[in-house]
Amino acid sequence: MRNGSLLTIQDLQTHFFTGEGVVRAVDGVTLSVRPGETLGLVGESGCGKTVTALSILRLIPNPPGRIVGGTICFEGRDLLRLPEEEMRSIRGCAISMIFQEPMTSLNPVFTVGEQVAEGIRHHQKVSRREAWDRAVEVLRRVKIPDPARRAYEYPHQLSGGLRQRVMIAMALALGPRLLIADEPTTALDVTIQAQIVDLLMGLQEEMQMAVILITHDLGVIAETADRVVVMYAGRVVEEASAEQLFETPLHPYTQGLLESLPKLETGKRHRRLTAIPGLIPNLLDLPTGCKFAPRCPKVIGDCWPTEPELREIRPGHWARCILA
Amino acid sequence: MEPLLVVKDLKKYFPVKKGLWFGERADVRAVDGVSFAIGRGETLGLVGESGCGKSTTARLVLRLLEPTAGEVHFGKTPVFKANRKEMHQLRRKMQIVFQDPYSSLDPRMSVKEIVGEGLVIHRLARGKEKTDRVAELLEMVGLGREHMGRYPHEFSGGQRQRIGIARALAVGPELLIADEPVSALDVSIQAQVINLFEDLQRQLGLTYLFIAHDLRVVKHISDRVAVMYLGQIVELAESDELYRNPLHPYTQALLSAIPVTDPKTKRQRIILEGDPPSPIQVPAGCRFHPRCPKRFDPCDTEAPVLREVSPGHWVSCHLY
Repeated sequence: MRNGSLLTIQDLQTHFFTGEGVVRAVDGVTLSVRPGETLGLVGESGCGKTVTALSILRLIPNPPGRIVGGTICFEGRDLLRLPEEEMRSIRGCAISMIFQEPMTSLNPVFTVGEQVAEGIRHHQKVSRREAWDRAVEVLRRVKIPDPARRAYEYPHQLSGGLRQRVMIAMALALGPRLLIADEPTTALDVTIQAQIVDLLMGLQEEMQMAVILITHDLGVIAETADRVVVMYAGRVVEEASAEQLFETPLHPYTQGLLESLPKLETGKRHRRLTAIPGLIPNLLDLPTGCKFAPRCPKVIGDCWPTEPELREIRPGHWARCILA
Repeated sequence: MEPLLVVKDLKKYFPVKKGLWFGERADVRAVDGVSFAIGRGETLGLVGESGCGKSTTARLVLRLLEPTAGEVHFGKTPVFKANRKEMHQLRRKMQIVFQDPYSSLDPRMSVKEIVGEGLVIHRLARGKEKTDRVAELLEMVGLGREHMGRYPHEFSGGQRQRIGIARALAVGPELLIADEPVSALDVSIQAQVINLFEDLQRQLGLTYLFIAHDLRVVKHISDRVAVMYLGQIVELAESDELYRNPLHPYTQALLSAIPVTDPKTKRQRIILEGDPPSPIQVPAGCRFHPRCPKRFDPCDTEAPVLREVSPGHWVSCHLY
């Protein structure tokens, strides 16, 4: 276990038992988050980043899903062994989460003020009045204009950007030590995206909380994360500081992701994009060795028989590749 | 360059009921005076945020919607004046690829039926000839003959988008409108599909109207780029020029909002206040003025017009 961390996940295994077989959505994930830092969790659809996040909060729908192995230590306690009641007092309080789609995550029949206040009243013994006042205060903190009036509005009366701000307000109302943000800007327009990223980073500094930022957008990661974990097919394939990762990516998958992004620098336009060949892997039918081998441009014979370990190649820079 | 498509002062207002009981009428000005031309073999990128009217523009060009005002010329044919028979021929020449590869393919049709449907409707091929042509199209988009008997649910998002492209190409179009064709795809798959679009353009001499909100993608694929805001084009220029020298404050903000993949460069970011206003209550004067960091005297009363401020670089802003 790494010292001084707020959250340590060891060898987490979250599987889904479906009619077609066992989907090993998360299969041996180890990572840690230090107090106050931003950890970027990157990967494409189905790589297990959201399942990892939901496992931390024990929100995996069961059936079909189940956490079958590993430990998740938060402030010295293994979350996977806590009784459900204690877990409930952690959720939304010490650890909270914001989701991708603000429209479906808010309740359409309550005002946003009520929804923020509900969370406060659930965790703390305060009067209705006091909870409401605090809700308005939090809405002000996430820079919702005219919060005292907006608190009386329903989600459908707000724009996508404002809804995401309400989601953030709900998550931050009780001053969590860890915030998990799952694709918080993906559903938003570019200019609104910039507002939300800016807001999140400002609040993080103000409140000294740690953030796990889950996204497929490498640009957002580069601008916000201190450290980055890259996932592929339910595993961590690379972990490094943001500078290391973007300067010298070691895993061919990370390299491929970075190269497949169109570049903005002006110049000749018909420079072909370097795409990663093949398809997003099917978790029901993974190769025995390196899971990226079928798509890897650098694949060699040794990649196929056994899966490489996640090794520390340079101080603080880990990669799961025999060539690194 | 001889233009293949000319769009002149195109407008589309959708009537909506305002208020609950009194039946007060209002218009959503989805597209409000859009003009542009696309040369043969060129790619024009259309960018803007949700609700700016880019998809409505695409549907008007294809005449899937009737306009409130304005004209579209395809080659020499005025699209909105075409009769049934002329329209049938036009549809062969203009095709579209949609954003969502999950909802734009009929789940009950096999790939062969999906891709071959256009061939049957336009009486281009049947029987063995049709089968061969479908196989050829599938190979062209990176799939194969063996996929013909399968159904959409058996394919991944990227593969479905390839099927959508094959379907569009089946009838031999000259203009391909791509409406957010890669935004639903994962990064690694996005690059594959963008490369495919470029390869096909080179092979077949296609003309593209490429709609997207991702400025990286648009920059990469387009010769020229038009930026839309609230139903109007606010800036239009060669792709490199637009990214090197954006003039409209909205374009500047859009470009500065793209995150850069280098943790060491901290970019000066222009963060716009507020949200785009509703197209029902369009602000007076310049539509962007309530959010514009550079607004000055005439902006809230006088609407600027799109002017050519340097060769090929058009902008609609009082600053220039």
